[in-house]
Amino acid sequence: MAETTLPKAEIIKRESHYLRGTLARGLEDEATGALADPDTALSKFHGIYQQDDRDHRDQRRRQKLEPLYQFMVRLRLPGGVLTPRQWLGLDEVAEQCANHTLRLTTRQTFQFHGVFKGRLKPLMQKVNALGIDSVGACGDVNRNVVTSVNPHESPLHQTVYQLASRISDRLRWRSSAYAEIWLDEECVHRLEEDEEPFYGASYLPRKFKIALAVPPDNDCDLFANDIGLIAIVEKGRLQGFNVAIGGGMGTRYGAPETYPRLATVAGFVPTEQAADACEAIAAVQRDYGARDNRDHARLKYTLDDLGLARFLELFREYHGQPMGQARPYRFTHNGDRFGWVKGDNGKSHLTLRIASGRVADFPDLKLRSALREIARVHKGEFRVTGNQNLIIAHVAQKDKDSIQALVERYGLDDGSQSSPLRRNALSCVAFPTCGLAMAESERYLPELVEKLEDLMAKAGVSEVPINLRVTGCPNGCARPYLAEIGLTGKAPGRYNLYLGGDRIGQRMNRLYRENIDEETLLAVLAPMLQRFADEREGEEPLGDFLLRSGIVDEDRSPGAFHQAQVSDPS
Amino acid sequence: MAVSSDQTPLTQEQARQLEELLQGLDERQRDWLAGYLHGLQSAGRSPGSADAGAQTRQGPVLTVLYGSQTGNAESLAEQLGEQAKARGLPVTVQDMADYKPRQLKKEAFVALLASTHGEGDPPDNALDFHEFLHGRKAPDLKGVHYAVLSLGDSSYEHFCQTGKDLDARMSALGASPLVDRVDCDIDYDEPAEAWMESLLEACVARSGASAPASSPGQAPAASDKPRYNRKNPFMAPVLEHLVLTGEGSGKDTRHLEFSLEDSGLSYQPGDALGVYPSNDPALVAALLEALEMDGDTPVSVGKKETSLREALQHYREITQLTRPLMEAWARQLKDESLNQLVADHKALNDWMRGRDLLDLVRQWPIKDLSPQTLTGMLRSLAPRLYSIASSQAAVEDEVHITVAPVRYQAHDRAREGVASTWLAQRLEEDTRVPVYIDPNKNFKLPENDDTPLIMIGPGTGVAPFRAFMQEREERGASGRNWLFFGEQHFRSDFLYQSEWLAWRRSGLLERISVAFSRDQPEKRYVQHRLRECAEALWRWIEEGAWIYVCGDADAMAPDVNEALIDIIAQQGRRSREQAQDFLRQLAREKRYQRDIY
Repeated sequence: MAETTLPKAEIIKRESHYLRGTLARGLEDEATGALADPDTALSKFHGIYQQDDRDHRDQRRRQKLEPLYQFMVRLRLPGGVLTPRQWLGLDEVAEQCANHTLRLTTRQTFQFHGVFKGRLKPLMQKVNALGIDSVGACGDVNRNVVTSVNPHESPLHQTVYQLASRISDRLRWRSSAYAEIWLDEECVHRLEEDEEPFYGASYLPRKFKIALAVPPDNDCDLFANDIGLIAIVEKGRLQGFNVAIGGGMGTRYGAPETYPRLATVAGFVPTEQAADACEAIAAVQRDYGARDNRDHARLKYTLDDLGLARFLELFREYHGQPMGQARPYRFTHNGDRFGWVKGDNGKSHLTLRIASGRVADFPDLKLRSALREIARVHKGEFRVTGNQNLIIAHVAQKDKDSIQALVERYGLDDGSQSSPLRRNALSCVAFPTCGLAMAESERYLPELVEKLEDLMAKAGVSEVPINLRVTGCPNGCARPYLAEIGLTGKAPGRYNLYLGGDRIGQRMNRLYRENIDEETLLAVLAPMLQRFADEREGEEPLGDFLLRSGIVDEDRSPGAFHQAQVSDPS
Repeated sequence: MAVSSDQTPLTQEQARQLEELLQGLDERQRDWLAGYLHGLQSAGRSPGSADAGAQTRQGPVLTVLYGSQTGNAESLAEQLGEQAKARGLPVTVQDMADYKPRQLKKEAFVALLASTHGEGDPPDNALDFHEFLHGRKAPDLKGVHYAVLSLGDSSYEHFCQTGKDLDARMSALGASPLVDRVDCDIDYDEPAEAWMESLLEACVARSGASAPASSPGQAPAASDKPRYNRKNPFMAPVLEHLVLTGEGSGKDTRHLEFSLEDSGLSYQPGDALGVYPSNDPALVAALLEALEMDGDTPVSVGKKETSLREALQHYREITQLTRPLMEAWARQLKDESLNQLVADHKALNDWMRGRDLLDLVRQWPIKDLSPQTLTGMLRSLAPRLYSIASSQAAVEDEVHITVAPVRYQAHDRAREGVASTWLAQRLEEDTRVPVYIDPNKNFKLPENDDTPLIMIGPGTGVAPFRAFMQEREERGASGRNWLFFGEQHFRSDFLYQSEWLAWRRSGLLERISVAFSRDQPEKRYVQHRLRECAEALWRWIEEGAWIYVCGDADAMAPDVNEALIDIIAQQGRRSREQAQDFLRQLAREKRYQRDIY
């Protein structure tokens, strides 16, 4: 057998002394704004991505200056829940240590952008003082656990949220590297000591994502996760969870062996076993996932390589007992419910639309100031949704007016101000900070939405909710492969167009046209929307129509996925 | 000219032998020898040294260069390297970013493997190489054999564009292809394999026949061109003009490269470049208007006949006032207030500070002043000196300088330093700049390449240390090097940052210590950094390090001097007086050298 060579990232982990590497020394190196090369792989486990300002990269190269290195810091925030005090604290951190913005992510947490090396440690300490951390927010470990945030069935959602926190804590990495490097705690590491009883020195083969959802709401896109727990409620009581495994969005262009995959519903576990079951599945992935090829290391490939039957056998072995038979469930909704809703306990909840999740003071919308003021008067909690939006949750009846007054004074969008298309659109960050981006995303979305709104208006379908998602690369941060219209960047101004997802996150789209510019995109979509308007049956969503009309076929096999269904005539 | 061991690095015996030899040579023989030595130096080896013949013994080398975004081209390049070794072909595999492109003309076989990304763009690590080939410095590549493998994705419009560019440029520069270029799509394995195979066969077939022509004897012989000097400056073409300071900087520091090709000029690290500037035409125009004179009026400047406008712009100092000028002006004008001012030493100095000829003309105009009288009263426009920022061992017939334009506001008018702003702002494409070499034998690298260096150069004072590092890199000097640099802001003002970091990665530069004065509430300068490093500095000094200081003479140099005295006193357990003596002794031994201005 040929000797398998391990990828660099795998070796770095193993040789890092449990995620220490030379991070502490790199922070003190004043000659560069970067970390030492191998440490940039380790910093991710600490929630920190090294990036640079790509708008200035070329200019600086000519000026014999290194790239304008800066960092993105992502927090661990299970279920996206935080208190007003924590909001105010994070707002202050954004001001003092980052680029004066907060970004809400598609995994219900916060990202700080534009953090220069010298501000990293102060940032981490301030965040820690708020009772929040960034452990495992990136890296080859379990990432932020997401869950349904629909708060109007409060008791049930509270239970599910607590479970999400428990799972997040259970699968948090343990090494004291975090405390030593960021919080100045004394180094207690002994060379021979195993600091990671669950993960071991090589952690997981790749990132790992867990979601929990309470039907009928699939707002967290449960099937895009390595593990999806679907709450089964019978006679008003939570019985346990159906367990879906092997979902994941990431893929690579020109690599047909990589593909997005929806999680497979594999069985059922009772509530009290749910956290153990997640650990067992993660353990199978830890021990059986591919270590020699990072493009093939996610659970989805492990599952397809082993086959479901074998995987369930292993699960039984690791977990001590088998999964039960999956129970019936039904999702009908994917996306947020905007505006005020009243919950079971008489409290009200307000969902606000935050375009691309960016909380900043824009020239025409002082969003960050507005939310800061709300946080000062709000007594409930905040919830970040999986769609980059924000819920002002648990507002007492008597406090509702003061919050509504602020919403109106600042002109915040409770969903009523934007078209259904704009309301539900998602985008990742992309340029100028993300190192993976091949095309614009966040900065392009508003412009694109406007053009699509025009097309929809011409076709007379302005009020139809259409699920649009844009990313700057194929890795899938905004879950583009679950959209009715998905775009992934290929080069500046050029995108792959994916069509035919459903509206509840249970059917992927597929590649329709490859590497097209905006003009072509609009020319492709215009007649399609017109036909949709003419032939639509009832409340039929666009994605369903595209399938029924035969414009997009049903084949979602990995082989078909990357094959443009309509290839470029030129 | 006698050769004395005092003025040269030679021993007495060597000096005697050399003098004997030179006396026996006629002019033609001397010229040949000069060329021979020059050739030896640029080939970077001495006759008879161990590695001199090594390359030719092994036959021509295949140099494999890759430009890789995702690592595919890199791994193919390594694969090619392995296969070449397996066939016994001498081979080196290098990242394009690490390769010195001016080596290219000396290569025998060059294999270029490059991917394309975005809209036909080269990968990041190939950008410099790509630009070099397409730029003005691209050399004649006649005699070089090359091959190109391009990697791409045919779903992009500019499929394999970088490979195509490289191929076209190599060919245009005179290099000849060993095998046809192959453009690979995403499934590159097979075509790449086939390309390597035929490339290696072609190399093997040619190896016997061709040997690299790099014998030192073929170096250009010293020519009989007139020598250029301060009196007779060389009109040097501008090759490159970059702003070094990044966005948000309060500075506007420039990097300039001139060509010395065919000038016969040569320099050593530590020398300065003399530059004859021109005055700002706008200032000249304002002056002519204030003087109420016609710029076309003929005047003579020394033996030269020219117009008044030309005289003011190119030959006469108009941005600085001097005491003799003020006195001459007072004699002409016969005005009581000016006479009083000129008579009062201190008042005159105060008045002159920050003022120029235009101020003088406006305040005390002379009615019947003739253009010729005016021209005669003014000083010649003096050349400005810039510490050279390059080593000829690395840049051959180029010379680089670092220029920070002097601009300030005084007496309600924006004022500018003549040469710095001329160089930074008013040089047009194809302008030639009058330059000469101003040798500085008091700022020289130690002969011993093992000697550790401590280089303290904030701001543009860092320039000669770039020359030092280039020189030491080319020489393969093993001595340790430590740079102290300071400026206002880390993010925008770290001059030549990427080069220092590359030298640190390669191991040439052991330490970089920086102080950016405005990145924190309290001001921090290099002398603070020195004090923080006292213990290590003292260790280096004890180990024989030489200390160099370059830059501002008013504040920085005395502060650094103080810091060094304190460090020596404290770490070396000496009294202050002893420490001062110690530092003076270092200076006498040339172990403490300064180039301050």
